[in-house]
Amino acid sequence: MKWKEYCRGVRRGVPVGVGYFSVSFGFGAMAVAQGLKWLDATLISATNLTSAGQFAGLTLIIAGAGLWEMILTQLVINSRYALMSLALSQKMGSRIGVLPRLAIAFFNTDEIFALAMAETQPLTVPFLLGLGLTPFLGWTGGTLLGALAGSALPEMVRVALGVMLYGMFIAIVVPPARQEKPVLVAVALALVLSCLFTWVPGLNRVSAGISIVICTVAAAAVCAWLFPIPDEEVEA
Amino acid sequence: MSIYAYIAAMALTTYLIRVLPLTVFRKPIKSRFVRSFLHYVPYACLTAMTFPAILYSTESVISGLGALIVAVVLAFFGKSLLTVSLASCVTVFLLERIISLI
Repeated sequence: MKWKEYCRGVRRGVPVGVGYFSVSFGFGAMAVAQGLKWLDATLISATNLTSAGQFAGLTLIIAGAGLWEMILTQLVINSRYALMSLALSQKMGSRIGVLPRLAIAFFNTDEIFALAMAETQPLTVPFLLGLGLTPFLGWTGGTLLGALAGSALPEMVRVALGVMLYGMFIAIVVPPARQEKPVLVAVALALVLSCLFTWVPGLNRVSAGISIVICTVAAAAVCAWLFPIPDEEVEA
Repeated sequence: MSIYAYIAAMALTTYLIRVLPLTVFRKPIKSRFVRSFLHYVPYACLTAMTFPAILYSTESVISGLGALIVAVVLAFFGKSLLTVSLASCVTVFLLERIISLI
């Protein structure tokens, strides 16, 4: 029974694992292109399992930022996981103890969360752990291969692979921005702020991590104030 | 600073954000503002990270801009994540070959 549940979780996670593999290949290639060792790039993916946070983290490592700046940036960029973990916790109910929760929390990415929430049967520990298996392997393995290939590939291919993560971010942002006006406003605000922090003299001296934090917090706060989400969406 | 200090800080912060609501603070967030704020965070954050940084991520601003336009158009028409990412890579590769010929 437990084994069957685990396998069911693994099967459900496979499409996400395949997607992660291709994207993290880009992360690995980019990390070595910026001077990281292949092992360190792989270690980042194996311990973090998050795209946006790692990407920002890489920028900060290259820039030689302070540790507090790293922590603050991760807190803001990954704050959404707190909401997802809360929702997942509600759905899991009180049957599941603390120890399995410590493990399940590690795998709570946007996509795994979406799969877990879409489940109509009661969630079990083996299912949730199985769900995380291929995404974890895909994300870490893709980074490893990308990092190894990155040092072998010609410069022009490496440069091209460097936009892969940006492409993924655009693919995540554009469809909801097209459908929901409030998301479009959040995107537009963040865009304008980000340009100001890049091009306006004085403002462009603000470090990369802090400017991402300011753009994110300001745009999200203005939109939360202008367009509060309806109560039903809590469970979504 | 050692890269392992950075990696540890990143991993620990990210894990704590995920694990605390699953173990210690399990009550739903009542504040509508906070829930709305967290709903908009990913979009604002990904946008701020992508633009204008994508313009400076390649050899020339033109190829970065080309990748951006291709990705936005494909994403607008609902193409998959993989299609959009690969198309932006191919765009950069082709544009830079063309630029190097000029």
